[in-house]
Amino acid sequence: MINLFEVVETNEMITKENLDVRTITLGINLLDCIDSDLKKLMEKIYNKIYEAAKDLVKTGEEISREFGIPIVNKRISLTPIALVGGSACKSTEDFVSIARMLDQVARQVGVNFIGGYSALVSKGMTGADELLIRSIPKALSCTERVCSSVNLGSTKTGINMDAVRLMGKIIKETARYTEEQDSLGCAKLVVFCNAPDDNPFMAGAFHGVTEADKIINVGVSGPGVVKNAISKVRGESFEVLCETIKKTAFKVTRVGQLVAQEASERLKVPFGIVDLSLAPTPAIGDSVADILCEIGLEYAGAPGTTAALALLNDQVKKGGVMASSYVGGLSGAFIPVSEDQGMIDAVKAGALTLEKLESMTCVCSVGLDMIAIPGDTKETTISGIIADEMAIGMVNQKTTAVRVIPVVGKGVGETVEFGGLLGHAPIMPVNSFSCDAFVSREGRIPAPIHSFKN
Amino acid sequence: MNRTIITVVGKDTVGIIARVCTYLAGNKINILDISQTIVQEYFNMMMIVDTNRMEKHFGEMADELHRLGEEIGVDIKCQREEIFDKMHRI
Repeated sequence: MINLFEVVETNEMITKENLDVRTITLGINLLDCIDSDLKKLMEKIYNKIYEAAKDLVKTGEEISREFGIPIVNKRISLTPIALVGGSACKSTEDFVSIARMLDQVARQVGVNFIGGYSALVSKGMTGADELLIRSIPKALSCTERVCSSVNLGSTKTGINMDAVRLMGKIIKETARYTEEQDSLGCAKLVVFCNAPDDNPFMAGAFHGVTEADKIINVGVSGPGVVKNAISKVRGESFEVLCETIKKTAFKVTRVGQLVAQEASERLKVPFGIVDLSLAPTPAIGDSVADILCEIGLEYAGAPGTTAALALLNDQVKKGGVMASSYVGGLSGAFIPVSEDQGMIDAVKAGALTLEKLESMTCVCSVGLDMIAIPGDTKETTISGIIADEMAIGMVNQKTTAVRVIPVVGKGVGETVEFGGLLGHAPIMPVNSFSCDAFVSREGRIPAPIHSFKN
Repeated sequence: MNRTIITVVGKDTVGIIARVCTYLAGNKINILDISQTIVQEYFNMMMIVDTNRMEKHFGEMADELHRLGEEIGVDIKCQREEIFDKMHRI
């Protein structure tokens, strides 16, 4: 039987170390809504989402109450809208009207984000893909809860450089469209290489075409729990350190698995995956950077950071894999800057640069995330940053992503405030040497040699 | 059997267990196990209870116990046992 010590340990993780389930994300397939009439299409999408998700928030709250574990976000991910809207949307405005409707239904069912305003263009763009991409700046400026993502490359297909070039422009435009809110639109827009079909985390969640009609995916968190656990083994060997992280990740993930199964049962929607990612928030003590410091670094970004992060990421996976029947999504450690107080401190202290963050993305899930850069950064420079990150993902057969915010009217040394979970961030300097001639080449970068495995 | 873990944490005072047990008895909640310690004058108790015969909803019980805790000056939490089981047992 459970003893007092175990109960106290669990509850301290929840109350003192910010253990929570970060998100229950309901994936909804919209392919059966396709219609060549825009009005009918929107009606079908609205009805399907509303019917599927009307009890999502209530169910999440019930589970949270019964187990005494906070479930921070309830969200929806959709089939990429470029696929669904292809036959009905003849202009960017048509796509924007779908975005508005998605925002409305998200508000109606009470979810805080709805993802899937997306296009998958890793090899080429269809007309609909391009229209959707070009509609992103307007769509994100006139909606509150819609999140957008674009997959620009993969290990199997190489990198679509035409789309990379276009996204540099789109990110800048999105920043301009939302300049009154410190270019907040860019915080809801992410580009990927090797985007997973079952990612429950925003802004990059979409419901892949390989998925069932509906699916429940859960993202757990708990950087504070890991940090606290390893603070008890300060000065011990790597073996002890790794074992401690592994055991903690196991415990954290078991909670996610439990919540996922309960949600699946109550909503009568199959359980998809648990995403093991350590996802920080701006709350003090809920930081991945603090774990790196606890491992032995003065600041995140100091020499040794990449190795420490590689170790952390691997142990989280090893502990988590055994705790859940299906693991997926991004699974690892997130290193967003604005959402992690330890990262913000490291940037302010001059310890962490964009280049160091790039090397860190080689060994952890995702990539350059929630990084505020000067508003006058050139489109081609942003495309260059994206291309570098996509190349890391393509060659290393992993997911990488870029979510940078060129904050209009602000420069290095200033701070931007997004509020809530999105946090605040100092503007980071960007290497300003030109890559114009590279980015303006047309076509795509071929898939790497090790992708030919057939 | 529907097992729930009730934890009571707070400054020690006369009658904490009595008040909680009276509530449980009144709602047909059977106590299966109690353990309790006092650390630096802080009262720390855990009860494993069976809520099978309880007629109220879980949320209602949790709210009422929470309010009872506020009256006594302690923090009372109710959680289904699975969260602890999953976390601490393979």
